[in-house]
Amino acid sequence: MNTSLAQFIPLLPEIFLLAMLSLILIIDAAVGDDKRYLAYALSLATLVGAAFLTLRDFSTMPVLAMNGLFVDDPLSDVLKLFLYLTVGAVMVYSRDYLRQRGLFKGEFFVLALFATLGMMVMVSASHFLTLYLGLELLSLSLYAMVALQRDSSVATEAAMKYFVLGALASGMLLYGMSMVYGVTGSLALGSIAQALQHSTQLKIPLIFGIVFIVAGLAFKLGAVPFHMWVPDVYHGAPTAMTLFIGSAPKIAAFAFVVRILGQGLESQVAEWRDMLVILAVLSMAVGNIAAIAQTNLKRMLAYSTISHMGFMLLGILAGSQNGYGSAMFYVIVYTLMTLGGFGMILLMSRAGFEADQLDDFKGLNRRSPWLAFIMLLLMFSMTGIPPTVGFYAKLAVLQAVVQIHYVWLAVAAVMLSLVGAFYYLRIVKLMYFDAPHDHSPIVASADSRLLMSVNGIAVLALGILPQPLMAVCVKAIHLSF
Amino acid sequence: MFGFPLLSLVIWVPILMGGLVLATGSDQNAVLARWLALAGAFAGFVVAIPLYTGFVLGTPAMQFVELVPWIPAFNIHYHLGVDGISMPLILLNSFITVLVVIAGWEVIQDKVAQYMAAFLIMSGLINGAFAALDGILFYMFFEGMLIPLYLIVGVWGGPNRVYAAFKFFLYTLAGSLLMLVSMIYLYFQSGGSFDIATWQALPLSMAAQTLMFFAFLLAFGVKVPMWPVHTWLPDAHVEAPTGGSVVLAAITLKVGAYGFLRFILPILPDASHELAWLVITLSLIAITYIGLVALVQADMKKLIAYSSIAHMGFVTLGFFMFNTLGIEGSVVQMVSHGFVSAALFLCIGVMYDRVHSRQIKDYGGLANKMPVFAAFFMLFAMANAGLPATSGFVGEFMVIMAATKVNFWYAAIAATTLIFGAAYTLWMYKRVVFGEVSNPKVDAMTDLNKRELLLMTILAVSVLFMGLYPKPFTDVMHASVTNLLTHVGQSKLP
Repeated sequence: MNTSLAQFIPLLPEIFLLAMLSLILIIDAAVGDDKRYLAYALSLATLVGAAFLTLRDFSTMPVLAMNGLFVDDPLSDVLKLFLYLTVGAVMVYSRDYLRQRGLFKGEFFVLALFATLGMMVMVSASHFLTLYLGLELLSLSLYAMVALQRDSSVATEAAMKYFVLGALASGMLLYGMSMVYGVTGSLALGSIAQALQHSTQLKIPLIFGIVFIVAGLAFKLGAVPFHMWVPDVYHGAPTAMTLFIGSAPKIAAFAFVVRILGQGLESQVAEWRDMLVILAVLSMAVGNIAAIAQTNLKRMLAYSTISHMGFMLLGILAGSQNGYGSAMFYVIVYTLMTLGGFGMILLMSRAGFEADQLDDFKGLNRRSPWLAFIMLLLMFSMTGIPPTVGFYAKLAVLQAVVQIHYVWLAVAAVMLSLVGAFYYLRIVKLMYFDAPHDHSPIVASADSRLLMSVNGIAVLALGILPQPLMAVCVKAIHLSF
Repeated sequence: MFGFPLLSLVIWVPILMGGLVLATGSDQNAVLARWLALAGAFAGFVVAIPLYTGFVLGTPAMQFVELVPWIPAFNIHYHLGVDGISMPLILLNSFITVLVVIAGWEVIQDKVAQYMAAFLIMSGLINGAFAALDGILFYMFFEGMLIPLYLIVGVWGGPNRVYAAFKFFLYTLAGSLLMLVSMIYLYFQSGGSFDIATWQALPLSMAAQTLMFFAFLLAFGVKVPMWPVHTWLPDAHVEAPTGGSVVLAAITLKVGAYGFLRFILPILPDASHELAWLVITLSLIAITYIGLVALVQADMKKLIAYSSIAHMGFVTLGFFMFNTLGIEGSVVQMVSHGFVSAALFLCIGVMYDRVHSRQIKDYGGLANKMPVFAAFFMLFAMANAGLPATSGFVGEFMVIMAATKVNFWYAAIAATTLIFGAAYTLWMYKRVVFGEVSNPKVDAMTDLNKRELLLMTILAVSVLFMGLYPKPFTDVMHASVTNLLTHVGQSKLP
């Protein structure tokens, strides 16, 4: 066994993050309540440092480390950079909200960093064990985050629900993994892929394994019919936590799915494609139709998330590099839009006021034309109307399914997104066509306003010039497969 | 002018000026916003003029071409160019935008900057749709224009504006989404190209052509709008502010018709021939049935909206006659309808601003109170009815002649519009303008002010000029139409 230090180099960002995290934990325990911002500042600094380390050792080809448990490839590096960016943005958006609700504690930041570490491990895993390890680290941190507001019964209920269903999903996933292990005799994705190149006598156990794995993945993604937890958790959790759950973990989940299905079970695409088709169509249908009936914005965005995950699955089920690249583009764009959407709720809420009802957005154009304009861009981007970036995300996944001759699926997808257009348009209607019923000024710190502006402009700018981001995704997938 | 990015200017000057107008912010700066908007619209029109003066007649090739890679990942290009069909439409759009800004001058008092900016941005987007030679670029402009129009109808519209705005948006989106899937299909069939010219040369099986024909027909048919997917138009027209109605009728309907010429006919010629009966039937229904529907309208805006649908029926009818006269007649009709419908909606706007009613029964005896206005209104009503010497006559006459060549009965049914059109327009005119003054509000009406007089004069000159001397319009498009017809004449079955 090679024990030289060199093999730890690909893990430097993770090691750095873990070290800093422990440091923050100690510092935060030592300082008083008036110095909580230390944890906040250090967390942001940690993310910057990790980004620096990731950039420094940016790989151009897959490098296996830790005896094949861990892989450092362009896909993981690019996704990690977006993870840091997303988590950093979540912290900036959440700061005032947390402070007003007495949640501005070291725990939040430590848990967020633990979750980030889990996501980084997921993104870089090349082994069933590391994948599972990362997933559980992420999930446990998220359960705790949802429950952080201890005196809120809704949040506690959401945490319970999340925990029970999440544990169930993890169990399914493990069960599936063990069956694949039984068939192939290996837990490393590379060996599994090799073993499956040759036809196996054990076709039935393999298919069973795939079914359980896909079911577990669908749980984590929140795809129908495994979506029940999504609206309740999104709704019940404090908005800052919802923002966290709704954004970065989706990037990690994308990597998770692509690693398992695209890299490990690549040769079995014929088996899992049909499952994903069903999941995708159901998610787009249920997500878009149920969102219409919601009056709570967080709940509406939860259903919209379900439909977006359905759209992302379209790219993955294509089972080609083109498809994975499109899905990657989709998930990054989705994260950008979700950050903006939930970020806007955080921006508009204040002490004792959550701003999570649809009616709270009435007449926003009169109260703040700029914020209304950004929300308009976000909503049209989620609908997929050019010239916002959401359109290219839809275009990318649609062309991936047309390429594999699933034209009917593309038609179904666009028709369901037409249904979705209705509830996004309703937000625009509330902001622009209606008179405000709440005239109190919007109190938000300068940095979160600036970040929101950047977020909104990015949706438009990437819509006019989507090439750089698209090229990054295509290239990362190409170099990692 | 070659090598100079003229078309980019035509697209981006209005959009950037719209952004600038938006930046003036609240209504305290309304005066500045108005003047900036006028400057922007005027600049947009001025930069469009060289398209006409520098246009080379007698060639079907695209002119003022700009070609830059835009999204290499999908082989999408920023590819612009105009031919004899799109160039007049760009000029029309830039021209109408100036009028719309003037028309909203003092009528709009609420959120002036946003109102003006929405129109300027939309003008740029529409120019982009006419100039785009790349499928996705076209789609971007085609869909992008929904956003400002949705806001225009919804924010400054009438009492039922929310319903109208949603209906308009969802109807148009439904059509265009299927078109998007067709475009992606064409992308793979052509080996990875979104170039419209490549698609036009691409062999396609009959089954694929037929399916795509319906997808494109839905996309553009909703926009035109053709019977039976026209129901969004009367709602949107009635609720939209005057400027919105003008742009909707004069320009956005043309984008749909333009799509027939750029996409359906040249890309799907075999399906077009095979299914011509369908489009012809729908067009004839629009001409006759919608003409009758217009007759019974009590709301003036609704009446003109239905008359628009009937007139656009002529346009689609002309396309599917597959001869030069028919297509040229249709394009002339498009431009003419742009002037006439704009003028009629402005006339209704003039009355509405004074009486705040669009109901025909609330008027009567206007000739006594507003003689100058009544004269202009007369001219535009006559043009709408297709009276010779007005622009309305030229296009309709050409299409009817073209139809005669194909089938006598097409022409006979289409020609009934000369009766229905005259009936509903002139009957409305009679009830509004002549007779006794019965409404005290009408009694208090004042004649046109200088701003309105300017608008009416410009439009009257355009309508008469086009009616008396249509040659410049047909000359410009002749080569392109001939080329289009040779394309349509060649089977693309593999």
